[in-house]
Amino acid sequence: MAIKERMSGNEAVSHAIGQINPDVMPAFPITPSTEIPQFVSTMIANGEIDTEFIPVESEHSSMSAAIGSSAAGARTLTATSSCGLALMWEVLYVAASNRLPIMMQVVNRALSGPININAEHSDSMGARDSGWLQIYAENNQEAYDNTIQAYRIAEHPDVKLPIMVCQDGFITSHAVENITLLEDEPVKAFVGEYNPEHYLLREDETMSVGPYALSPFCMEAKRAQAQAMMNAKKVILDVAKEFEAISGRSYGFFEEYRLEDAEYALVAIGSACGTIKDAIDKLREQGMKVGLLKVRVFRPFPGEEMANALKACKAIAIMDRCEGYNGNGGPLGAELTAALYRAKATAEVVNIIYGLSGRDVTVGDIEGIYEKLVKLAEGENLFGTYPYLGLRSR
Amino acid sequence: MEQKKFDFKEIQGREERLAPGHRMCAGCGGTIAVRNVLKALHPGDKAVIGNATGCLEVSSYMYPYTAYEDSYIHNAFENAGATLSGVETAYKALKKKGKLTENYKFITFGGDGGTYDIGLQSLSGAMERGHDMVYVCYDNGAYMNTGVQRSSATPMYADTTTTPTGKVSDGKPQTRKDLAAVIAAHNVAYVGQTTFIGNMKDLYTKSEKAIYTPGAAFLNILAPCPRGWKYDAPDIIEICKLAVETCYWPLFEVVEGEWILNYKPKNKLPLEDFLRKQGRFKHLFKPGNEHLIEAFQAEVDKRWEELLFRCQA
Repeated sequence: MAIKERMSGNEAVSHAIGQINPDVMPAFPITPSTEIPQFVSTMIANGEIDTEFIPVESEHSSMSAAIGSSAAGARTLTATSSCGLALMWEVLYVAASNRLPIMMQVVNRALSGPININAEHSDSMGARDSGWLQIYAENNQEAYDNTIQAYRIAEHPDVKLPIMVCQDGFITSHAVENITLLEDEPVKAFVGEYNPEHYLLREDETMSVGPYALSPFCMEAKRAQAQAMMNAKKVILDVAKEFEAISGRSYGFFEEYRLEDAEYALVAIGSACGTIKDAIDKLREQGMKVGLLKVRVFRPFPGEEMANALKACKAIAIMDRCEGYNGNGGPLGAELTAALYRAKATAEVVNIIYGLSGRDVTVGDIEGIYEKLVKLAEGENLFGTYPYLGLRSR
Repeated sequence: MEQKKFDFKEIQGREERLAPGHRMCAGCGGTIAVRNVLKALHPGDKAVIGNATGCLEVSSYMYPYTAYEDSYIHNAFENAGATLSGVETAYKALKKKGKLTENYKFITFGGDGGTYDIGLQSLSGAMERGHDMVYVCYDNGAYMNTGVQRSSATPMYADTTTTPTGKVSDGKPQTRKDLAAVIAAHNVAYVGQTTFIGNMKDLYTKSEKAIYTPGAAFLNILAPCPRGWKYDAPDIIEICKLAVETCYWPLFEVVEGEWILNYKPKNKLPLEDFLRKQGRFKHLFKPGNEHLIEAFQAEVDKRWEELLFRCQA
């Protein structure tokens, strides 16, 4: 029986964590993810779960302890945002290269500076090449559903990689929306027990973790890690199919919203997709063939599949809630444009930076983009050379 | 905790937990420290060994060879404390869930760079949280793995590659951090400071206490580095003895907040006896530099008096 509730994104993922009852959670407070360790601590204090919480003294220690815990054989999670994720940078790579299936709840927030606590993807996008899987959510429902699927993907023998489950700071993490929860038992059965093959505390063997490796071995280890990321594609789809069977909700690498016959498409990640969908519905009523490709899985990057879904489009706006500081656009723009080129796509492509530091995105803003895309397809570029959405002129 | 009478033969006859064949330098103090600390694990007891990045890590676990007979984890330079705290917590969690029946001990090693400096926060956190683990610092007084750069454990006036002596430099201008006291201020279960003396009884006894006292424990082991200190490698035991006899490196422990002096020299030797054998202090013996040795001696005396006061000895 599905349970109808009202919850914030942080409450929703914490509810999923409670249903999973992981073994160990080291965490350090940072806005806006702080509520997650708070909710978990409360569940522990009330005897609802028996997770061991480690109140570490920094995010670097949070990820370091998570690595120790996961290597020791425990199902491990942590949560963070922004500068906290940045402080973990060094050891994110250690977690991935040691093939430790740690789950990290990332509540996306701008990196400093100026210091700002609102939604932006610069934190997890900065860690996009650290070897972690990355799954993004549009709303609380998806954040909950992704959390339930996360360990199944990360712990799969063909993958064995850590996973970031991302949602937008405040917009998703703190706003209360309707949600449909699963009952505890089907969630527990779906996620299952964690029984790793090798770990530090396996009583009948010893193992060493974290070697120094010279050039004759290092490159092969990195290639094997890259293979695990490629293997994750099939696993993500398989797990989504199984999840659909228990929830009725279907997931893939991305969601196509009225994209099938769309001539003008936006590609975006996260909470802004709700606004984009509203704009699409409005424009469709006016007869415009507009659609959205909402990215759910950014790592592994489903470039070929995205290019294929966009192949009939005349003009595409790729939306980055993250400045690349390279004078050339954002990370989604760079990677998807490359994928479109490889797929020999003929659409006009523009990369737009939007919503930095929580800057509001309106339906009107999105309508304006679609209108400009029509012009772009006709050969008239109204976007300029380096488009920013909603930037004040003074 | 109850300790059995020290039986040198029995202890040295225990199976090696640090296997031979690793790539540490001949005469390395760090290796002596690790080997002897691990001898203090009772035969048959399981352990997970941690390690900060440093000489020890890159020389004892070079893929595909490991020198560790027990499970071992290296994570990074500054996080040996946090990493092992994660392992120890996983042990608690798995034990609670019935996934594990045997008992494990948790011991992590770091050099002074990874402990006094870059790893201090992580160490402090692990100690403050009271994990049932031992953090062992093998203190050779500089960043030896990267080529003898100064650390906050480096003694004053030492010639290092980032405090080189020169026309206007007498070596390291600052005195060394008293890390054992810093960790003792965390009110941990056990702190011991030791080095290689005689038949290693002091090192063994403190290691056994650190490992088998429930709660967080810290060992600070003076572990000379022949390359960084510039002495003849076979002299290591004599140098350690002089460090203790001059009171440069006193042997003490802090048990549940009580400071205990383990050895008080009958005749406290002048510091220069310890300094003279080491190339890193060569410049102190040039004519005209007598005041530097005097200043260093005054610093050692001051700290010794403070320690006597703390230990009420």
